[in-house]
Amino acid sequence: MDNPLTLDPLFQLGPVPITAPVLVTWGLIVLIGGGAYFATRHLTLRPGKIQTLLELFVTTIDGQLRDTLNRDPAPYRALIGTVFLFVLLANWCSLIPGIEPPTAHIETDAALALVVFAATLGYGVATRGLRGYLATFAEPSWVMIPLNIIEQITRTFSLIVRLFGNIMSGVFVVGIVLSLAGLFVPIPLMALELLTGAVQAYIFAVLATVFIGAAVGERPKRNLSSQEVSKP
Amino acid sequence: MTGNLIEIVSILAAAIAVSFGAIGPALAEGRAVAAAMDAIARQPEAAGTLSRTLFVGLAMIETMAIYTLVIALLVLFANPFV
Repeated sequence: MDNPLTLDPLFQLGPVPITAPVLVTWGLIVLIGGGAYFATRHLTLRPGKIQTLLELFVTTIDGQLRDTLNRDPAPYRALIGTVFLFVLLANWCSLIPGIEPPTAHIETDAALALVVFAATLGYGVATRGLRGYLATFAEPSWVMIPLNIIEQITRTFSLIVRLFGNIMSGVFVVGIVLSLAGLFVPIPLMALELLTGAVQAYIFAVLATVFIGAAVGERPKRNLSSQEVSKP
Repeated sequence: MTGNLIEIVSILAAAIAVSFGAIGPALAEGRAVAAAMDAIARQPEAAGTLSRTLFVGLAMIETMAIYTLVIALLVLFANPFV
């Protein structure tokens, strides 16, 4: 059985060893970047099929962001949307024979989670200012400072391990069943993997949103719902 | 022989870790889903918010089981004592 925690380099690029997940990631970057470039060349007021799909995607992400953050989603749309799309496509890479999802290796997940971590710090500092953001670590009292710092680290770590564990275990189970049972038996498991991949991409994006939301702070007041208005 | 013994103990430890580590999250996820079902049945118009929160909560709970899985994998594949 292959060791899921180590990687063998495919070839060397100068001093840098290049592994299979890195290659797949480059392919995804080209796919997403090129797809986004070519799909947005001819935007019109009366959208065609591709533009309708794109608009549906962006509107859905905007709606989710607005529901979670209660803010204007524009500053966060690009990051969260790209993270979601990347993780989703990376998880679904296993549909193509011979390609393993790059998210089944802990390095890719660590990179993604570090992006989210840096974005959390960046948006927090940008919204509250450096002093204001550092002050949030001392809430509700200064006793909580070590715990709050530990929380930042552990939640980033759990973001890494959650994605890694889910996707890697799926790849692993399919591999084991394939070696035990034969060619077509793991197909239901692979279908389950598609569902897991989609759910994990969604959860990764939602958690990134929640972390950023916690960093940028107090939500502006919700519109009063009918129940609250009717109260005396 | 000692290396062999360590390997046997590692495999046992991995199996025990995953099997017992799955109990708590399984019960917790059952309770969470039951509570969400109850809430959706009472208030179907809040289903969207509820299921989003449910998914995030389930992911949080599931992480505990994933942690044990990662520990088991570390013991099996990256054991520092073998």
